[in-house]
Amino acid sequence: MTGRLLSYVTLTLVLAFLLGPFLIIVAAALSAGETLAFPPQGLSLKWVFKVFEIESFRNSFALSMFLAVFGTLAALILGVPVAYAASRYKLPFRETLRTIVSAPIIVPGIIVGLALLRYLVIPLDVGIGLALFIAHTALILPYAVRVVSASLENLRSDIEEAAVILGSSRAGAFFRVVLPNIRNGILAAFILGFVTSFNQVPVSLFLSGPGVRTLPIDMIWYMEITYDPSVAALAALLAFLSIAIVFLAERFLGFSRYV
Amino acid sequence: MSDLTYLSLKDVTLAYGKSVAVDRLNLDITRGELIALLGPSGCGKTTTMRAITGLMRPAAGRITLDGADITYLPANKRQVGLVFQSYALFPHLNVFENVAFGLRLKKLGGKALDTKVDGGLDLVGLSHLADRKPAELSGGQQQRVALARSLVMDPKVLLLDEPLSNLDARLRLEMRTELQRVQRESGVTMVFVTHDQSEALALADRIVVMKDGYIEQLGTPEDVYDRPSTRFVADFVGFENIFTTENGKLKTADGEVLLSPGTPIDGTVKGLAWRPSKVALGSGPFSGIVKGSSFAGHAREYLLDSALGPIKAEQPVPHDAYDIGDRIAFDLAPDHAARLTRME
Repeated sequence: MTGRLLSYVTLTLVLAFLLGPFLIIVAAALSAGETLAFPPQGLSLKWVFKVFEIESFRNSFALSMFLAVFGTLAALILGVPVAYAASRYKLPFRETLRTIVSAPIIVPGIIVGLALLRYLVIPLDVGIGLALFIAHTALILPYAVRVVSASLENLRSDIEEAAVILGSSRAGAFFRVVLPNIRNGILAAFILGFVTSFNQVPVSLFLSGPGVRTLPIDMIWYMEITYDPSVAALAALLAFLSIAIVFLAERFLGFSRYV
Repeated sequence: MSDLTYLSLKDVTLAYGKSVAVDRLNLDITRGELIALLGPSGCGKTTTMRAITGLMRPAAGRITLDGADITYLPANKRQVGLVFQSYALFPHLNVFENVAFGLRLKKLGGKALDTKVDGGLDLVGLSHLADRKPAELSGGQQQRVALARSLVMDPKVLLLDEPLSNLDARLRLEMRTELQRVQRESGVTMVFVTHDQSEALALADRIVVMKDGYIEQLGTPEDVYDRPSTRFVADFVGFENIFTTENGKLKTADGEVLLSPGTPIDGTVKGLAWRPSKVALGSGPFSGIVKGSSFAGHAREYLLDSALGPIKAEQPVPHDAYDIGDRIAFDLAPDHAARLTRME
């Protein structure tokens, strides 16, 4: 009986620890006051509406969206062939290949960001936007390779031979029988990549310039100047967006199988 | 190569890198024949089959089909069908679309496609399951889909990889009958690979027994079962008493033993082999001590210790069991022996 009580208490504490900050942010976002505070002073939706009026948020949101969507697409275009080759052929350096592909998530983001700034942006005069795109693609690539590999492992390779014997070319077999069967894995990789890119801070921190900031960086920047609840409102909106995406992904793809 | 030859393999050598899996194999198959490639795993039977489909390229030799050299023709242009051991159905397509897959690649559509697919599903008795996904079918049903998918392409040769090995005993018998019926009705030339001699004996018109990349024996089921020609085949089909011969005498551990008179044995014969059921117990020039006795349903099996070495014998039941330790006389009649021309 006491054991049971203890586990309930622990569970409650863990939940409070995980959900607490989120609830505080939501409460702060609904404040009627002028500064970011908890408990909120009064209740109002005015800061939620204010978010949509702040131009820098609109710009950085557009940039973050662009990076998340196209960075993930680029990572998939690079990552699917890598995953396919690694699962279907006995490559001599298979493990090395996997390590190289995983490197961007093992090396701390702050180092990746600094390195890109110091050796790509400054000496080669690469635009911040392009540098961000390259950085995000590289950061998403490991997730893309891993998730797509997982769904390829579950797919028998003899269906490709079956397609070939029935008259398909090798490449045709990939598009006709491999791709449709790893579609869910690719979608899961897309969602994971999207969320990873959208929430990325350390690398993006180094890669910002006048008017070119991703949304999380812009939020930090905004808070340093204006300490009002609109940041909390934006954070709450983003959190709900993430929850909705993951919920839908779980509902339709069984997302948790892939990550 | 006779005029009737439809599929022919001439001096075909198949290798994985440096390791040779099949060495200079020659095989001629007649149109409409049902051929079994029989042998233990690693004997080269599956490799041979893959070479016929075009999934593997021979290192040397020629393959011809229906008068055309197909040695280097890619798999997707060969008009050869293959039913995989795992069936290899496309998981994202339903039964109808699985069967229609190859036909759509041939640009068949509309009514012609429907008729063809329905015909294929009809042939294997699965018309009522056309909308199901492969995952919703039993193993036996999946195999029928795989069979229909290959047959609707009107292949010149249909290859089957261990077609019965993934089925349980009852289904196996059903599928065996089914395969024979399909072959009769479609008249397609079939080559199937198996490690199970009873499957090969029951199904095939001719059996190719393979070992280590060579053909050990090629013949009708009766040839292989009753007249194995090598030590390996004899052992494989249940001749458990195998002896080397020289000048009409058996060679044993204790020297040479003269056989009882019978059909003369010519010089090409290197060995003789008897099934346990062909060892005559109770009389004869030899004798042995019963070391073991066990009931095997249709017969009682005895293990004898004799001057010739261990002998396995069998008596139909009911049989007055000899007791362990009894000394009994037996005979190995040359008339009942398989004549082996190769002993290695």
